[in-house]
Amino acid sequence: MAGIEVTALHKRYPDGTVAVEHVDLSIGDGELFVMLGPSGCGKTTTLRAVAGLERQTTGDIRIGDTLVNDLPPAERDIAMVFQFYALYPHLRTRDNLAFPLRAEGLPKPEVRERVDEAARLMRLGPLLNRRPRQLSGGEQQRVALARALVRRPRAFLMDEPLTNLDAELRADMRTEIKHLQGELGATMVYVTHDQVEAMSLGHRIAILNKGRVEQIGTPLEVYDRPASLFCAAFIGSPPMNLIEVELVDGKLRSQGGLVLPPPPGLRRDRRLVAGVRPEALEVTEPGADRSVPARVVSAEWLGDEIIYVVDHGGQRDLRVRMPPTVRFAADASVGLRHIGGTPAVYDVSTEDLVA
Amino acid sequence: MAVSVDEAVSTGPARDNPPPARRFRGRGRSVLEVALLAVLAVVMLFPVLWMIETSIKENRDVYAIPAKFLGFTVTMDHFKDVFVGSAGGRSSLSVAFLNSIVVAGVSTVLATVLGVPAAWAYSRFAVKAKKDQLFFILSTRFMPPVVVVVPIFLMYRQVGLIDTKLGLILIYAAFNLPFTIWMMKGFVDEVPAEYEDAAMLDGYTRLQAFWRFTLPLLVPGIAATAVFALIFSWNEFVFAIFLTSSDGVRTAPPAIAGLIGGTTVDWGLVAAASVVFALPVLVFAYLVRKHLVAGVTLGAVRR
Amino acid sequence: MGTVAVNGLCKSFGKVQALDGVTLDVPDGSFFVVLGPSGAGKTTTLRAIAGLEKLDAGSVHLDGRDATGDTPAARDLAMVFQSYALYPRHTAYENIASPLRARRCSSSEIAAAVDQMSSLLHIERLLQRRPAQLSGGEMQRVALARALVRHPRAFLMDEPLTNLDLKLRVEMRTELTRIHRSLGATFVYVTNDQVEALSMADQVAVLKEGKVQQVGTPTEVYERPANQWVAGFVGSPPISLLACRAEGDRLVGADGWTLPRPRWTTAEDGRALLLGLRAEDLSVERRGDASLPGELYGLEPLGDRTVVDVRVGTEILKVKARPTVTGTPGERLLVTVDLDRAHLFDAGTGLSLSEAGR
Repeated sequence: MAGIEVTALHKRYPDGTVAVEHVDLSIGDGELFVMLGPSGCGKTTTLRAVAGLERQTTGDIRIGDTLVNDLPPAERDIAMVFQFYALYPHLRTRDNLAFPLRAEGLPKPEVRERVDEAARLMRLGPLLNRRPRQLSGGEQQRVALARALVRRPRAFLMDEPLTNLDAELRADMRTEIKHLQGELGATMVYVTHDQVEAMSLGHRIAILNKGRVEQIGTPLEVYDRPASLFCAAFIGSPPMNLIEVELVDGKLRSQGGLVLPPPPGLRRDRRLVAGVRPEALEVTEPGADRSVPARVVSAEWLGDEIIYVVDHGGQRDLRVRMPPTVRFAADASVGLRHIGGTPAVYDVSTEDLVA
Repeated sequence: MAVSVDEAVSTGPARDNPPPARRFRGRGRSVLEVALLAVLAVVMLFPVLWMIETSIKENRDVYAIPAKFLGFTVTMDHFKDVFVGSAGGRSSLSVAFLNSIVVAGVSTVLATVLGVPAAWAYSRFAVKAKKDQLFFILSTRFMPPVVVVVPIFLMYRQVGLIDTKLGLILIYAAFNLPFTIWMMKGFVDEVPAEYEDAAMLDGYTRLQAFWRFTLPLLVPGIAATAVFALIFSWNEFVFAIFLTSSDGVRTAPPAIAGLIGGTTVDWGLVAAASVVFALPVLVFAYLVRKHLVAGVTLGAVRR
Repeated sequence: MGTVAVNGLCKSFGKVQALDGVTLDVPDGSFFVVLGPSGAGKTTTLRAIAGLEKLDAGSVHLDGRDATGDTPAARDLAMVFQSYALYPRHTAYENIASPLRARRCSSSEIAAAVDQMSSLLHIERLLQRRPAQLSGGEMQRVALARALVRHPRAFLMDEPLTNLDLKLRVEMRTELTRIHRSLGATFVYVTNDQVEALSMADQVAVLKEGKVQQVGTPTEVYERPANQWVAGFVGSPPISLLACRAEGDRLVGADGWTLPRPRWTTAEDGRALLLGLRAEDLSVERRGDASLPGELYGLEPLGDRTVVDVRVGTEILKVKARPTVTGTPGERLLVTVDLDRAHLFDAGTGLSLSEAGR
């Protein structure tokens, strides 16, 4: 296994579109590194540049200690899993798995041993003699993964491999991929636009937007302290509440009177927005201790929790996460209370985290 | 957005980089390319150039030996002769051109008016044995007109359509219709049926939905298809020569062919008439150049 | 009035049976969600109601009247398509006005109605633009406006939020609920997202391969799933299922674990069962009477919670835990089970056995 270094990556197409503005990444050996962002943010282009399927305009890519800029994909010792599986339709599973090894010229016994190992890891036993069209979507994706495994590459590159699967299957495959990665200690670069996938899989997540990296951190870091308003809105479902606040008497105060503890070192001269997660707020009976008045706009029951959308001080879309047993009706007058820790505070004009 | 297997296992950088000259050593490859293309160009274009030159040469230069390629006086007499008869009125060639315009034009309109709704029906509705029907329709294009010209002649003689413009119009429309349906179906497939669904829910009938929302989006496709039909009808020779005889009905191709034969041939006139005849087709073909591949592959219209 | 009823709908496309006897009753004014995975037949059902799909068998009744033979225009329904289906050569204004123009309303009527709709959906400044100049969210609002402008008998919606990014989707969910409440009209809403179904619906019909699996309120479908498949499809993370059988006063797992037999089950001894456990009814942090020994398989930190994957025998259980929970894969754990909230299914038929006595 090897780490991957991406330095000052920039990709510009002949027609002028800039897919990647500037990307720096330092991926550790044995790390499951996720690149997350909306479509068009440059994550897939970056991945393809690492793979060698696209040539960057400027910037360097190192796999292990080797500078791979001029190496074609086959010589970079990496394996890629695509969104659309890319299995050879005329070959049986066993042959699909053996193909890359035969192409490398490995001796037959070794090919067989590696195919068997990959089939065992991905539980493909009964599927080895079938052709892709006889396999379900989930099975095809497992074969695609196994085909990457047989090559025993220095790193795995995965381009939204689960996007085409049904929700239930996706959840199962996520667990499998994560477990596999841990067992093998494999370096994995995983691209997705699904923030739940990113959070549950990644050791670290890089959030990309418009060709730039906005933040890199562990799932909890990225969740608790998003580096910008973009990251704050992108991670977490429902998205973080963004409340305009003022620094008054050493505390953060919203227009409706909600009081939040300020982070240290905050300056007064800027317009501020506090990022408050739905679970950091609480809906109570009106007039409860330390609560401010609010009104329920709607209640979304989700089985194991209820998301209340409340109107507080003119801001009509504050979302609060409550246990499913706490019931308030729409239009009810309620109390709103902050129960979390220090919120992340952002500057309205720069959209960056200030504290 | 599907990634092809080839792309997945490609060993070179992708599309936007010029491929390195790997197989042939650098310059050598491009010189060979240019030489081959030059030969091809000469072979293809020389007859056309000669024809154009002949049309503007004076008669003594036309028959000159050795053949004169350059350095001749230009005259427009032959072009005048194409349109003006020996008695000063309309020449018979100009009548033939007029007939061509009428026959090609009307048959194209007929084929389009019938073909577009048929294509739409095939695209939108589940018709019994649709694939077979479509293949049958397409298969009529496999055979060249010469195969059926005798039976058609016999049938036309029965119903009195020999030597009539109507007869030609009908047979051209019949021959163009399968192509029109096939090509238009591709275009209709490209327009999402959902626009019509939305229109029907808005309150329009299916036909109104087609007329108001789908048809305007089909105009480029109809134009391309019509031009192809026009080109076929304009150039058509076999039916024209077999099914018509009199000067008043004949279209341009048999009329021009009729100039060749007998003791002396007025090559200048033939060349000039050919140039005039080819010009509209060149213009139309240029207009639909993007769709020419579609015409050749007959159905695989989409990139 | 806006009741919609379908009875025994059957429709096949070639060899695929898209609808296999679908019967649904949509009450007037309700937000009725048809939920199912792709290919379940939900869009086909909606199109059948709209009159866009010819049925092999079955009937569609609107306000009690058999409308099976009616054209789409005659049914007085409005539809929002997944791809929005906005007329590309027309401005937003013309798109919204289209249903009124089709019914020959006067220009002044049209102007007033479009004005009202565009302010309801906050799209006033977009009216002169063409669809190509609109973002996904804006197109969706225009499509909604076009449907709402006419006050039809019922609104049909085909996965309208699927093409939007997460933030917009969450916002539009609330918006749609608000619009539904203020109009009081009947909404028939198709989706494959169970979160949408649970959060918005008055009633949910769960479809699988052309057959209705269960119809009920979100609570009913979540807490009393009719079969194992519905239990697995509704709820995130998906319910964990353990193979077991009842023996005396215990439930015995295929891998040797045992649990006290829940008071409410009447399943006879020896019958092959599936024990269904939702992530929020399991815990690795609390102690309790009923617990299962397992091994940590993985952790999924989701920000507001962490889902702990625990291997019990050959199955993987998903357990909801606080976001700060950590652990090493392979370490031994005890998973506490809230048996009062567990589900039991017949392993062969998949049907729920949990009803009796609860």
